[in-house]
Amino acid sequence: MMKNIKFLILGIFFAIVLSKSQAISWYRFYEMFKFQSFHMFGIIGGAVVISAIIMQLFKSGKIKDINGNKIVPKPKKKGFISTIFGGTLFGLGWGISGACAAPVFVILGFKLVPAIIILAGALLGAFLYGLISKKLPN
Amino acid sequence: MDFIFQPWAWYIGGPLIALSLFLYFYFGRDFGASTNFETLCTMAGAGKVSDYFKKDWKQRDFALLFVVGLIIGGFISSSYLIPNQTIDLNPTTVQELTDLGFSNVGNQYFPDEIFGDDIYTSLKGFLILIISGVLIGFGTRYAGGCTSGHAITGLSSLQLPSLLAVIGFFIGGIIATWLIIPLIF
Repeated sequence: MMKNIKFLILGIFFAIVLSKSQAISWYRFYEMFKFQSFHMFGIIGGAVVISAIIMQLFKSGKIKDINGNKIVPKPKKKGFISTIFGGTLFGLGWGISGACAAPVFVILGFKLVPAIIILAGALLGAFLYGLISKKLPN
Repeated sequence: MDFIFQPWAWYIGGPLIALSLFLYFYFGRDFGASTNFETLCTMAGAGKVSDYFKKDWKQRDFALLFVVGLIIGGFISSSYLIPNQTIDLNPTTVQELTDLGFSNVGNQYFPDEIFGDDIYTSLKGFLILIISGVLIGFGTRYAGGCTSGHAITGLSSLQLPSLLAVIGFFIGGIIATWLIIPLIF
């Protein structure tokens, strides 16, 4: 537990970054999906480009993790329908409520009751997925 | 101190998100957020209903602490770090939303039309939030990730499934903002 306290601090830091750069605001995501502003594209694009450089440093072994192990990101599960269709369903929820997975928790600090409702829905959604996952096409 | 209270530009936010990803991996774990929905289901006892949730949630204590941090960070930000939530929106966006009946567009992070008191008095307001939530929970699990796990971690590590997922995110987001929002407001 104590050795993981660094994740708690990192969570606080990440929440502050998202909040201060407005990356939890409903309006910012609305603007992004309507292609009316560069702000969110700059944030996500900038994060992806810099992360790609970081990933290369992980891959080459120049940077190892805190325990000295090589850092290898887990391969994402494959599947054309699951990623496109699942992604589209998530995009619908994201576009309407302006909330994605990490910001849902951050928004609790801004709009407590609405965020609790979204979160309750998200848990229900994850639960439904678990129930029927074996029957869904990948 | 001025910097702390001003909104942060994209070229500050983007690199600091990358720094967060770096530290998460450096601490020995894969960066992501949406798996926590599953973990919370497991903790709530979903394993009794479906084998899918029969997992040892204690192995994800690091991620749960990250979530607790996100919540604390949200409260700190809203209480102390953002004295003014005004957003510098594109005038087109402001006009468009005003025409749809939104008030005080861009004066705060969250519009009253979705995050206001309507949720207590109108079924529609409540349904908008809960259905969005279900789509977020179901969609991220089906796709195998969210903005953190797919868009940032997956794209930067050049994984094809993440590119497909991000295309899906945008299909959904575009349908939501171009078609559904004008339909429900």
